[in-house]
Amino acid sequence: MTEAVAPATRAARPSAALRAARFWTSLPLSGRVGLALVVFWVAAAIFGPFLAPHEVGAIVAPDVFEGSSAAHLLGSDYLGRDVLSRVLSGARYTVGLALAAAVLASTIGTALALTAAVSGRWVDEALSRLMDAMISIPSKVLALVMVAAFGSSIPLLLLIAAATYVPGAYRIGRSLAVNLNEMDYVQAARARGEGRFYLARVEVLPNMINPMLADFGLRFVFVVLLLSGLSFLGLGVQPPNADLGSLVRENTSGLGDGALAVLMPALAIATLTIGVNLLIDALPLRARRVQGEP
Amino acid sequence: MALTLALILRRLGAAVLTLLLVSLVVFTISSLLPGDAAQETLGQSATPEAVAALREQLGLNQPAPERYVRWLGGLVTGDPGRSMANDLPVRELIEARLPKSLLLAGLTAAVSVPLALAIGILSAMFRGSLLDRGLNVATLSMVAVPEFLVATIAVLIFAVKLRWLPSLTLIPEEATLGEMLRAYALPVMTLSFVIVAQMARMTRAAVIDQLSQPYVEMAVLKGVGPIRVALTHALPNAVGPIVNAVALSLSYLLGGAIIVETIFNYPGVASLMVDAVTSRDMPLLQACAMVFCSAYLLLVLIADVVAILANPRLRRR
Repeated sequence: MTEAVAPATRAARPSAALRAARFWTSLPLSGRVGLALVVFWVAAAIFGPFLAPHEVGAIVAPDVFEGSSAAHLLGSDYLGRDVLSRVLSGARYTVGLALAAAVLASTIGTALALTAAVSGRWVDEALSRLMDAMISIPSKVLALVMVAAFGSSIPLLLLIAAATYVPGAYRIGRSLAVNLNEMDYVQAARARGEGRFYLARVEVLPNMINPMLADFGLRFVFVVLLLSGLSFLGLGVQPPNADLGSLVRENTSGLGDGALAVLMPALAIATLTIGVNLLIDALPLRARRVQGEP
Repeated sequence: MALTLALILRRLGAAVLTLLLVSLVVFTISSLLPGDAAQETLGQSATPEAVAALREQLGLNQPAPERYVRWLGGLVTGDPGRSMANDLPVRELIEARLPKSLLLAGLTAAVSVPLALAIGILSAMFRGSLLDRGLNVATLSMVAVPEFLVATIAVLIFAVKLRWLPSLTLIPEEATLGEMLRAYALPVMTLSFVIVAQMARMTRAAVIDQLSQPYVEMAVLKGVGPIRVALTHALPNAVGPIVNAVALSLSYLLGGAIIVETIFNYPGVASLMVDAVTSRDMPLLQACAMVFCSAYLLLVLIADVVAILANPRLRRR
C-alpha cells in the first residue's frame, strides 16, 4: 500500500519556486521582514566585495568622518576610507565566520547528542556532565579564556566560537534525541537488529532536524554577537582584517560627531541578528523549540 | 521539611561538583600551552636560562595535574596566586573590584526585574492582542541587539547630544546620591536593555504555560476575572519557572558586563578580566573566570531552591 502512495505524493510535490512562494505567504509580517533582512545580509556577504565602490583599505576621502555624499554613500571613516566598502567587506567576515562557526557548533552538537542517545548510559552520563560544566561557564567568559590561551587568528576565532556553542546545541539535541529514542519505531528498528549508527542516522536524526535548524539560527545569532563583541573589545578579528565589530571599535572616536562610520556597522550587526530572530520566531511552531538562555 | 533540606543539600552538592568540573575545564584550556607564560613574560630576547629559572619560580615545570591541584587548593583557601602583569596578589586585585561589579549588577537587577516581570505578565494576560504582538517583536529585536550598539547609541543621545549624563562612569570618592545615579544611569540602562527583553520573554512563556492548564480554565468557567486569574491563580504556580528565567537572565548580565564595563571604563571584575586577556595574565584570568562561573552557579542554585520552596510537588522527587 505504501508503495502505491509514495510516487503519487512525489508527483504532487510542488516546484521549488512555488514552495518558496508558499513559504513567503505563510509568514507573518515580522517573519517577512526577518527573511528579507537575512537574504539582504547573506547577499551582501556574497556579492558585497564586487559591489563595493572603493577598495577596502584605500584612503579615498579628503576628510575623516565625512557625512553621506554621492561619492561616499555612508561617508568616510577615521582614516578617510569609504565606509560602505568597509561595511560590505566587514559583513563578509561577520556572516562568513558566524555561519561557519554555527554550522560547526550545530553539527558537532548534534553528532554528540546522537552518540549520547544511542550509546550506553556511561557515554551519555560522561558527555552530559562535561557539557553541563561547559554551559555553566558564561559564553563570553569561556571565549575570553580561549582567546587568551590560543590567540585570535581567524581560524582560531572560528573554532573558539564553535566550541563555545557546542554545549548549547548538544543540550537541545540530546533532549530531542533521547525522547525520539524511546519512540516505538526506533524500538522496532532496534529489535530487528539495526546498528547504533543506523538508528542514529536513519531513525532519530531526520525527526530532529527541523528543531535543530531553528536552533542553528539562534546559534548563528549568538556567534555574531559573540564575535562582534570580541572584535569590539579588540580581541577578535585583528587588523588589517575587520569584521563589523572591529569597524565599530576603530571608529568610536567619531561617536562625538555622530559619525556614520561608527553607527552603520553597529546597525548592520543589529539588523542582521534581529532579522534572523524575527525569521525564526515566525517559523511554524513544530520547527521551533522554546527559546531558552543564550 | 527534612526532605526539602535533603533535596536542597543535594542540589548544593551537585553545584559544587559542577564548579569543580568547571575549574578543570578552565584550567585545562588556559594551560594547554605550558611554558609559554615564562617565555612571554621575559620576551623574545630572554636567555634560555632565565626562562628556565622563571618557569621554576612559577612552578611551570611541574606536571599539569600537580599544578591543577595546587591551583585549586589556592582557590579554595583564597589565594589564587600572583598576577603576572603587575606582580600583585590576584586576591587583592579582585577584592578591590568585586564590590563595584556587585553594585552594578545589583542596580541593574533592581531596575530590570520589576520591569521585565510587568512586561512579561502583561503580554501573557493579553496574549494574541496587538499589545502582545508588539511587545513580542520589540523584545525579540532587543534580545538580538549587541550591548555595544545600545551603549553607543545611549552615549550618543544622553552624553553627546543632550549632555545629561557622563559617558564614562567615574565615581568620585564621596558622591551624593544624585551624582551616583547620574554616573550609573548609562551602564545600568545598557545592561538592562537586553536582560529585560530576555526575562520578559521567559516570564511570558512561564505564565502562558500556566494559563493553559485545566485549573485556570476551571477558574475562568466559575467566573473569575482575567486579572485575578493571572495574578492569584496562575502567577503563584509560575514562580518556579519565573525565578529560573530571572536567574538565567541575570547570569547573562555577567557576559554583558564584560562589554559594558569596558565601554564605560567601569572598574569592575569584568574589565579586569578583559585586561587580563589583553596582557595574557593567566593567573588573574583564571581567577576572574572562576568568579564569573561561581556567580552563575550560585544564581542557578538560588533559582533551584526557590523553585523547590515555591512548589511543594518538587519536594517529592
